[in-house]
Amino acid sequence: MADLSTNIGALQLKNPVMTASGTFGYGLEFADFVNLEDIGGIIVKGTTLNPRQGNAYPRMAETPSGMLNCVGLQNKGVDYFCEHIYPQIKDIQTNMIVNVSGSCPEDYAECAARVDALDNIPAIELNISCPNVRQGGMAFGVTPEGAASVVKAVREAYHKTLIVKLSPNVTSITDIARAVEAEGADSVSLINTLMGMAVDAEKRRKVLSIGTGGLSGACVKPVALRMVYQVSKAVNIPVVGLGGIMNATDAIEFMLCGASAVEIGTANFIDPAITVKVAQGINDYLDRHGYKSVKDIIGALEE
Amino acid sequence: MKKYILDMQVKGVERPHERYVLLRLTHSEPLPEMVPGQFVEVRVDGSSTTFLRRPISIHYVDKEANELWLLIQTIGDGTRRLAQLHEGDMLNLVLPLGNGFTMPQSPSERILLIGGGVGTAPLLYMGKLMKDMGAEPTFLLGARSKADLLQLDRFRSLGRVFVTTEDGSEGEKGFVTQHSILSQEHFDRISTCGPKPMMMAVARYAKQAGIECEASLENMMACGLGACLCCVENTKEGHLCVCKEGPVFNTNRLMWE
Repeated sequence: MADLSTNIGALQLKNPVMTASGTFGYGLEFADFVNLEDIGGIIVKGTTLNPRQGNAYPRMAETPSGMLNCVGLQNKGVDYFCEHIYPQIKDIQTNMIVNVSGSCPEDYAECAARVDALDNIPAIELNISCPNVRQGGMAFGVTPEGAASVVKAVREAYHKTLIVKLSPNVTSITDIARAVEAEGADSVSLINTLMGMAVDAEKRRKVLSIGTGGLSGACVKPVALRMVYQVSKAVNIPVVGLGGIMNATDAIEFMLCGASAVEIGTANFIDPAITVKVAQGINDYLDRHGYKSVKDIIGALEE
Repeated sequence: MKKYILDMQVKGVERPHERYVLLRLTHSEPLPEMVPGQFVEVRVDGSSTTFLRRPISIHYVDKEANELWLLIQTIGDGTRRLAQLHEGDMLNLVLPLGNGFTMPQSPSERILLIGGGVGTAPLLYMGKLMKDMGAEPTFLLGARSKADLLQLDRFRSLGRVFVTTEDGSEGEKGFVTQHSILSQEHFDRISTCGPKPMMMAVARYAKQAGIECEASLENMMACGLGACLCCVENTKEGHLCVCKEGPVFNTNRLMWE
């Protein structure tokens, strides 16, 4: 049995497997299938300062080896989270991480500050890259200046581990990664979904209610791997890799490209027990290759 | 209800119609409790265009034989793959999911089960449990044509069956909401599953008649667990996940008026 523990800045994980926001609910939805405490970290649904109804149905379109979604950050707001959800999840013995979103730097900062007050939430993941929200969301994530402005505001209000989730829908993701590092982010996670579109030829209509959506699933992995590789070379803070991880081999590929930990997203829909299987599979790989620690494979790609 | 991921074996395949397949699945352990109106998420292997599981309603549970039946309409490549399964093949399912229909509180409660097309599927299991408790289910089943009426003999073995077809080739001609039984008898409640326009018409009828009505929705789903928020229905309480808050809703909660 290899040592699977890893770190994201000051945050210690029992294993490198986390869940991607919006794909694992609050964890409780999956408690029948996995022991939640066997997962390195659970990143819960995107949370905003005020409640959001999200976009109209239809919000999902299946694509070859993937899916598009335009949920649009439906959530009941941070106060509801603090009062009603947090009491249900605070005693789960793993890293419970809140994904924070907003439409202006002040909203992000206020939302982060309220989560900062929760003892058993050791980190937040800042969503500056949601493709499905018109005002804000990805607008911040697509320029270094915009990304820096949000991270600066949040960094002043939030004192624990700050992970910033990056959009792949940009010209240079490394420039944005450097910009958020300079403003004090403890880590970057990437990639969020890729902007896409689905069309129903028979009906001559867009499939999704708002026309476009974020692409996720196995099909995005090559893009995500490339970006994780580039960003891990460009910054000194730890990188969390995600995008199309369907099994342990995929996760290992991200770690070889420089990720200190990974997130599993869409694969949870196909196998609700995939998280613990990936953690087990990473262990088997380490044993098979004679590594004592998972840290030995971070960035260990032969050049 | 606790949910499970099960590898189940195909014990039988029936083809009641060119566009439908009935899979009878079994498991090495006794099947978990399942309620009529709940559904399963089936993993489809070997299809390049089918990435997500397919939500399929529970058609019937045969406790003695330890069988779960799924009635599947072949629409795309995923359901076509399911239709090609043979006896002995394995299928991976997540089950049971969602909330089912309200069962009668007593055998004297009169419930009308209205189904259309493949939407008749969950009503067979509901009728079976009603019969088991001594209630007589009344089915009102609609289809385009006689050939599209599925499982009629099995429905008839459980209770009274009334039929409408759009072309008049079986039962009364027209839509289920035009059937004469609705004006001849009183029902305490309606449980319905079928195409959305049909269910909306049934809900309108129920409201006018002052009868409680539950409908089973089938919005496009991804996770089936209430995590992805893709399958929402706009209700009087806001966007609710059909997979977790439904698929069965009291129609008074919906924005169908």
